[in-house]
Formats: sequence, C-alpha cells, structure tokens
Amino acid sequence: MCCLAALCLSVAEAAIAAPGADPAIPNIFTPASTPADSVYHLSLFVLEVCAAIFIVVFSLLAYSVVKFRQRASDDGREPPQIYGSNQMELAWTVIPVLIVVVLFLATARVIHAVEDARFPPNAIEVTTVGHQFWWEFQYPQEGFVTANELHVPVSDAKQPTPTHITLLSADTDHSFWVPMLAGKTDLIPNRTNSMWIDPHETGTYVGQCAQYCGVQHAKMLLRVVVESRADFDKWIAGQRAPAQVADSVARGRQIFETTACVNCHTIAGTDAKGKFGPDLTHLMSRETIAAGAALNNRADLRQWIKDPEVLKPGSLMPAMQLPEQDLDALTDYLVSLR
Amino acid sequence: MSNAESVLGPMPVSAAREGAKPFFDQVHEWIVTVDHKKLGLMYIIYGILFLVIAGLEATVMRIQLAIPHNHFVSPQVFNQLFTMHGTTMVFLVGMPILFGFANYLAPLMIGARDMAFPRLNAFSFWMSALGGIILYFSYLGGPGLYGAGSAPDVGWFAYAPLTSQAFSPGHSTDYWIIGLLVSGVGSIGTALNIVTTVLCMRCPGMTLGRMPLFAWLNLVMSAMVLIVVSPLTAAQIMLLLDRYLGAHFFDTQAGGSAVIWMHFFWIFGHPEVYVLIIPGFAVASEIIPVFSRKPIFGYSIMVAATVAIGFVSLGVWAHHMFTIGMTSYANAFFVASTMAVGVPTGIKIFNWLGTMWGGKIRLTIPMMFCIAFLFQFLIAGLTGIMLAAAPFDWQLGNSYFVVAHFHYVLIGGLVFTIFAALYYWYPKVTGRM
Repeated sequence: MCCLAALCLSVAEAAIAAPGADPAIPNIFTPASTPADSVYHLSLFVLEVCAAIFIVVFSLLAYSVVKFRQRASDDGREPPQIYGSNQMELAWTVIPVLIVVVLFLATARVIHAVEDARFPPNAIEVTTVGHQFWWEFQYPQEGFVTANELHVPVSDAKQPTPTHITLLSADTDHSFWVPMLAGKTDLIPNRTNSMWIDPHETGTYVGQCAQYCGVQHAKMLLRVVVESRADFDKWIAGQRAPAQVADSVARGRQIFETTACVNCHTIAGTDAKGKFGPDLTHLMSRETIAAGAALNNRADLRQWIKDPEVLKPGSLMPAMQLPEQDLDALTDYLVSLR
Repeated sequence: MSNAESVLGPMPVSAAREGAKPFFDQVHEWIVTVDHKKLGLMYIIYGILFLVIAGLEATVMRIQLAIPHNHFVSPQVFNQLFTMHGTTMVFLVGMPILFGFANYLAPLMIGARDMAFPRLNAFSFWMSALGGIILYFSYLGGPGLYGAGSAPDVGWFAYAPLTSQAFSPGHSTDYWIIGLLVSGVGSIGTALNIVTTVLCMRCPGMTLGRMPLFAWLNLVMSAMVLIVVSPLTAAQIMLLLDRYLGAHFFDTQAGGSAVIWMHFFWIFGHPEVYVLIIPGFAVASEIIPVFSRKPIFGYSIMVAATVAIGFVSLGVWAHHMFTIGMTSYANAFFVASTMAVGVPTGIKIFNWLGTMWGGKIRLTIPMMFCIAFLFQFLIAGLTGIMLAAAPFDWQLGNSYFVVAHFHYVLIGGLVFTIFAALYYWYPKVTGRM
C-alpha cells in the first residue's frame, strides 16, 4: 500500500510541477518568488500526507463495503456483535495526533519564515491602496503614483532586492494575490497590512483581487511586471518625468481640464488632482485599462470614456456623455500621455 | 365480545373522522399545533422547499459559469445569487431540516411524550419560517425608495464595510440582517428546547450513557447553537445600529473595525459548520449499525469525540482569517486548533468503519447514502487539513478550493445524510413502506 501511495504521489507531483513557469497562467505550483516557493514546498508535504491518509482510509472503506457486504447465500444469522476495542481506539487516536504534530511543526516553520522575514536596506517600498475596483500603487521613495500594474526589479540571489508592499484600502476589503509570487494578503480599511515578494525571473505575473469587494470584484485584475534592474530604473525615471505636453492635443487637454475628469483623476502638471480614480500622468505606459478589464489601446480607451459599463459593468466611472468630436479629441490627448 | 371488538377497533372510526374534517380545519390544526411530530415534519418540509429554491439559484450560477465571458446574468444578479444561495442553504435548509429530525425523533428515542416546551417549539418554528419569508421578501422590498438592488448582494459572510449604508444603499442588506436575526431567535429557542428535553425528559432507566447516539449528538449540536448563534445575533444588532442609528462598530469610514465583524461572524460561522454536520453524524450513527447488523463500534468514544469536536470547534474560527494579516503567533495558534479538530473527527470515521468491519452490510438506499457520506467526508476532512496549513491557505483561501471543500463537507456530510434519513424514517413517519 505504501508503494502504491508513493507511486501516486510521484505521478501527481510530476503532473503539477511539469509545465514551465508561464507568468501569464497563474499557478501556485510554479513559484517564482521566495514566499510562494516556501508555500509550494509546504503544500507538497501536506498533499503527500493527505494523499497517504486518503489511500489508507479509502482502501479500508472500499474493502469493508466489498468484503463484508451481505451475500445472496447469507444464512440470515447475526454477525459477531463487537462493541469496541480500547486498543484500536488508542491506535487511531495516537497516530493522528502524531501526524497533526508533524504537520503543525512544518506549517509553523513556514509561517515564521514568511511573516517574520527581515528586509535588506535596499528593499523597494511600495504602498498598495485597494479601491473599488482597481489598484493604486504609490512609490514613496520615488514620489510618484501609478495604477493596476506594479513594476518591481528582479531579485538576484546574490544581491536580493525584495519588494516590501504595504497594503491599505480606500473603501471595502480587497486582497492582493499574485499566485506565483506570494500567497494573498487582505487590504482592509483602517488597518495596515504588509507582504513581500522577491521575484527570481522577469516577466509579467498576473493576479487578481481575492476578497469579494462589490459588484465588479471579478474584473479587479492585477499585474506585476518584473524587470531587470536597468529596465526598472528606466521605468522609474519615466514615471517621475512630468506629463507630456503637445500642442497637437491641446483641445483634448482643455476638455479634460474642464469636465468632471479632474474630480477623480490626476495628471501631474495640470489642474487635474483628483484621487478617486487612477493617476493618468503616464497612462500609456500601462498595458491595460480598467484594472485589466480591457487592453490599453485607442479603441478601448475611447469606448471606456464613452461608456465604461460596456467593458466593466458596475465600474464606478460614469459615462462622460461627450459629443463625438470631443470624445476623439480627449482620446487623442490621453493617448499622448506616454 | 362485541364490546371488546369496539374497544379494539377505534382506529378506523377515528381515521374516518379525521378524513371527514374540512380542509381549513386541517390546515388550522397544523398551524396551531404544538405537537413535536407535526412541527418536525413542518421543519423538514419547509427546509425541502428552500432546498429547491437554493438549488435553482445554484443552477443559474452554474449556467453563468459554464463558459467564460458568459452574459447569462449580470454581475449584480450573480452577486445576489451567491449571497442568497449561501444564506438559504445554511439558515433555511440545513438548520430547519436538522431541527426537524431532532424534533421528531429525539423525544421518541429518549421516551419523552413531547419536547420540554411545546409552545416554545411552535414559536421557534414560526420564527424560523418568518425569517425565511423576510429574507425572500427582499426581492420585493429591497429596492426601497432608493431604487437600489433588490436581494442582498454582500455574500453570506456579509463582510464589513460592504454592508454599511455607503456601499449597500437600499433595504436589501436590512432584509438579510433582520431575516437572520428573526430565524436566529427561532434557532436559539429550538436549541434550548432540545437541550432541556434531552437532559430532563429521559424516561426512567435511560441514563446519559445509554442514550442513543442520535440524542447525544443533537444535544451537543444544540448546546453549540446556544453558544454560537448569540454572537451572530449580537453582531446583526450592532450592524443595524450602524446602519440606522449612527453607531460605528463596523463602519470603517467613521473609525469602526472591519476585522471585528470577521471575528463575530466566524465565531458563529465556523462552529455553525459543525452544528450542521453533527446531526449528519447522528443520522450516520443510527443507520450504519442497522444495515451492518452490528452495534455501533466504540459508543463511549463516539460520544467523547463529539463532545471534543464541540469544544475544540469553538476555538478555530480565525482559520477563516489567515489572510487578514494576523501575527505569526496568532496564525500558528489557529493552525494548531484547526488541525486538532481532525483528530476526533478521524476517530469518528474509524469507528464507523469499525462498525461496518466484520458485519453483514445490506446495501439499501440509506446505507448507500451513508457510505457515500463517509467517502465525501473523508475528502472534506483532508482538504480541511490542507486549508488549515496557514501558508497553503494563503494560496487556497477564497478560491474555488474553499468552495469545493465546503461543499464536500455539507453535500457529503449534511445533504447525503438528510437523504439517508428521509429514506430511512419515511416508513416510520408515514406508516407506508
């Protein structure tokens, strides 16, 4: 029976660990960061123990149903009436207790390693604020704000640069979950939580809000762009630069600054200083809009301004009710914000 | 001789008189009844009615989820569906049906003429019924004057601050609160009744150590209801105060705490799972020995394991909160307590296997449901151990893994044993095989 268990486990492990780490397909069994890796190893151990217990108990159940079923040739006499056995009770109490102790110790070790980790002084600090239904990312060390796509440097084994993420919420509960980088941690109003990641490989890792937060919780997606240090520094420099100003889109800019857009959105260097919606200073540096609900291209952006309900029902952004030519001019302006 | 015959044969006369009663008199009799058997049947029928409604809600959800980017229902309606399905199954299906069986069977098993407080029994049933009606009235009354959404859409766990006026305008959340408040009063009343009946109304000679396991397990379940429904009721009142009288218990915009709601909800919510599952164990503990043709294996250990589950399950609630950023010590404590529940639960499974071992198992419908229960509950327990490992839960929590685990527990543990009980006691209740 033990050989059978071992065989099943090795097949199962091969099945879950086989595919290469594709960051676009979130998978808790292809970790790319230390916290996710610790959880992965613990999960394999727990799965092995549970699979072994399953095989033993299921075999006993199947055996007793088959072996002790009433036969057609049964003489109708009662089977031996057994009321219990203290030795048996002791055995199936002590063995589970030992299993639980082992599982607890293994678990406590990982809890300590992930939750009580210390950070080197060069750790990147990011503050994440959950909103209905998008993510705000503040880089306090650099002094800028972006949305929905978190950029972090890859962490070298020799010189680790982990990212320490402080989690806050502006409205309801949310949860930050990028399965290949770390387990989830909630963003709760009036409470400061934190987590950390140290991605080992570059790529765009996808995740999503993992705590029901209202109507459009399902389309509160999340991207973490892991870049080489050089690319990350370049991105930082781009984000710190002032917003682009081009005369060709002055009309669109004027529309932006004279409509309700400014109440919710910020564009650095303009009068738009709203904080309710995402910062648009470098809008076109992002791959998606509406927290991953649509691609960030001209057509989707125009549709988003015209009527967000089409792309993301329940979004808190109102339809702007602009005339068609104003809509075009405004879209031109936004597309210029690189 | 003729006298004797008439004495021996009153049944047909009485039956004829019964049948002759006008329809409204019969209905009236059921409405004003304080008889534990009638109330038990009403609980069960009420629960089956809502089982159909909650099943339809689940069906619509599964149609929506059948293909990606489906537009069968809107996000708003989907959120209402999972809220109503969860709330209905726990409060209007699970609890009423298990109270129904306890009401019908516990007095018969311990040799009592009726429940200890027949009028409280009727009152409790009608409070539960009213709670269900209030919850479903939200489809009509929910929009209120605001024109907001109809049925509640805050999840069955109703996390703050999504339930505050700012995020849930209209009355739908109020119907959720008041519906559960009212049915909670009914649950507490019936639980009190079962505890009193089992402790005080046993016939002479029926000591606690000789009591059928069914009565024992329902005693433990009822004691747990008394302990755990009260915090939920208190939290519902606090939430109403928040919404209408400007209190700030859970209103985070005014400095309240969302985490306090989680604690209140799960100190109810987790033991509630055991409240639902222990009567399932009770049914299995009656049926498995009968169709194995052997007495239950380890009676006193079964009782001890159930009482242990009852106590330990009161200290595990924050395993629903592993992701809220508790300290490593708090997380470790709840890992230990949660895994510890696995031990008495495992003992129970082994004792049922011990009952079947060496027996002559008759594979009748109730027995097959019980075997399916053992299989599903094994998976439920093992996935529970996986979720109890806090770091693994950081990945699995709030995903479909949890939904699957929970449904293994409650479909395998509760619904299958309810089906087993319906088949097993149907002849007893109706007089027809």
